[in-house]
Amino acid sequence: MRREPPRSLADYAPLAFPAIMLLVFFVIPFSTMIAVSFFRRDPAGFYSRDFIFDNYERFLSAFFGGVLGFSIMLAVIVAVVCVIIAFPFTWLLAQASRRVQIVWLVVILSILSLSEVIIGFAWTTLFSRTAGITNIFVWMGLMSEAQALSPNFGAVLTGMVYQALPYTVLVLYPAIVRLDPTLMEAARTLGSSPLRAFFNVVVPAMRSTIVATLIMVFVFALGSYLLPQMLGRPQHWTLSVLITDQAIYQSNMPFAAAMAVFLVLMSLAFVGLTLLVGARKGGEA
Amino acid sequence: MTKIFETRISRRAALGAGLATAGILAMPSILRAQDRSIKVGVYGGYFKDSFDKHIFPEFTKATGIAVESIAEPTGEAWLVQLEQAARAGQAPADLSMMSQVAMLKGQATELWTPLDTAKLKNAGNLLDQFVNKYPDGRVAGIGAVAWYITLVTNTDVYKDAPESWAALWDEANKDKLGLLALVSNSFLLEVTAKTFFGGTNALDTEEGQLKVFEKLAEVRPNVRLWYRDEAQFEQALKSGEIPMGQYYHDVTGLAAADGHPVRSTFPKEGGILDSGCWALSRASQKGEEAHIFIDYMCQPEIQAQLSRKVGTAPTVRRDLLDLTDEEFAAVSSEIDPIIPRYDLYTSKSDWLNQKWTEMIAG
Repeated sequence: MRREPPRSLADYAPLAFPAIMLLVFFVIPFSTMIAVSFFRRDPAGFYSRDFIFDNYERFLSAFFGGVLGFSIMLAVIVAVVCVIIAFPFTWLLAQASRRVQIVWLVVILSILSLSEVIIGFAWTTLFSRTAGITNIFVWMGLMSEAQALSPNFGAVLTGMVYQALPYTVLVLYPAIVRLDPTLMEAARTLGSSPLRAFFNVVVPAMRSTIVATLIMVFVFALGSYLLPQMLGRPQHWTLSVLITDQAIYQSNMPFAAAMAVFLVLMSLAFVGLTLLVGARKGGEA
Repeated sequence: MTKIFETRISRRAALGAGLATAGILAMPSILRAQDRSIKVGVYGGYFKDSFDKHIFPEFTKATGIAVESIAEPTGEAWLVQLEQAARAGQAPADLSMMSQVAMLKGQATELWTPLDTAKLKNAGNLLDQFVNKYPDGRVAGIGAVAWYITLVTNTDVYKDAPESWAALWDEANKDKLGLLALVSNSFLLEVTAKTFFGGTNALDTEEGQLKVFEKLAEVRPNVRLWYRDEAQFEQALKSGEIPMGQYYHDVTGLAAADGHPVRSTFPKEGGILDSGCWALSRASQKGEEAHIFIDYMCQPEIQAQLSRKVGTAPTVRRDLLDLTDEEFAAVSSEIDPIIPRYDLYTSKSDWLNQKWTEMIAG
């Protein structure tokens, strides 16, 4: 198939639909949010049109800085753990027979059909003292007494990794399946052990895929607000939880919008940084 | 980034609700078909279902006025919708059940049509705290229903009922409590003030508020769950996973009646008494019907009916009710209640919210 550069205006027509979608569902809401973040909050009512920086000022405190830092750290850890688990898993999956692959992919897709609320409730039950997995350990004689495993940081991390893992596998899968098998064969022929070949050949060959996956999981995890609430203590609440509180319970839309703008900017900066580092490494190689 | 998409969804939902409202407003023919009618907003879910089943049909039978019930969201979203609709001269509901903080915020913009107590012969039955007034004395709203938040325990874990809110501070209860997560719905500042500082007047000054915050912060090691979602705590309370906390008296009573090992106790400092008011939007044309409806709802028989069928506490005086002691105890108590300082949640809401969040997350 030969690609021809578009010549007339009509050739650009197919672009109209995505452009309109992007405008209606991204540009307009996002611009509204930025505008609202400069409005004046009226504690006795709602908000009025204005152009003030109070909402951003309020955010610039040690407290919110800490919450923002925690949210980003949590999202980074979730992304890294997901990729560490999902990459070898997907690699092994790609080696398996077609039938096995299909079964696994269906199972993974079915996890995606669960809502965050159900995942949250399921993990709270699993981590509980009265009905949780520690009861099985007691029955097996591994523990002397059942105990609660939540709320704490580990519980939040487990829940979020569980939720993000299927996405990670599904993003990695197409790239890994397409990886040329002769690369691995060549490495083996030249005397490399399977493990060494995996780390010295497969992982570097997939570097850009891995970076892209990390970014996707990071952004996905940054928006999570239900699981930190259900499985964590207040110090594990992410910025998204506080945004929800302000928007829904305090009807303080300007401040909620300002926090959301901050969160988006920080995540964009983080993504930019990751790409920059990735590009530099790519240049050296 | 996910946040953006969520904003979009809620915006769509809001638009959808707006369109639906516009749709209802664009069909005056239906409203005209019935001779007299009124649109009444009540909290969606359990409340609306109970009112639709037990209260509204009886009202229509007694007065000939048809009721169209509207499910309203809790929180302040409904206030915002009413406010914006009123600016456009529309009333999505004539009468709405409004929380006390929302009543005060609506007063600030004169959203509520003042009610004429001369037309409400039953309003004299009400307890004083259930008449919501403008600063100049005009009546902005009349108590619709009241409910208590009390000290609840799992009976398997606690053989004896606790007697005081001070149990929340007891070191023996480390990591055993479930408390509401927001300053404006947990009313724990008021509880602390009444339990340790002699009354909610201790919250009059900023100095007093800080002192109360300091005392309240001591409760933190005991709290396992700060909940926003009621189902989360109710489940944990029933199973004994989180065996103590604050919760709604009516729902706990229902759970106990279903055989779950839970109990609700009115501590000696009193339960937290929260309530909703009937308020009339200034854009409504149904002032006459609204007065008839409110008057009907203030009758002792109807209040008793609400206590029996919906589980709410009566807003009229005890001596006028035909509730048995047992029925009364199921929904209320003679102990002087803790009445939330709603004024603080309008005048100092952002400051209190900030201090609260820093306290529990700190």
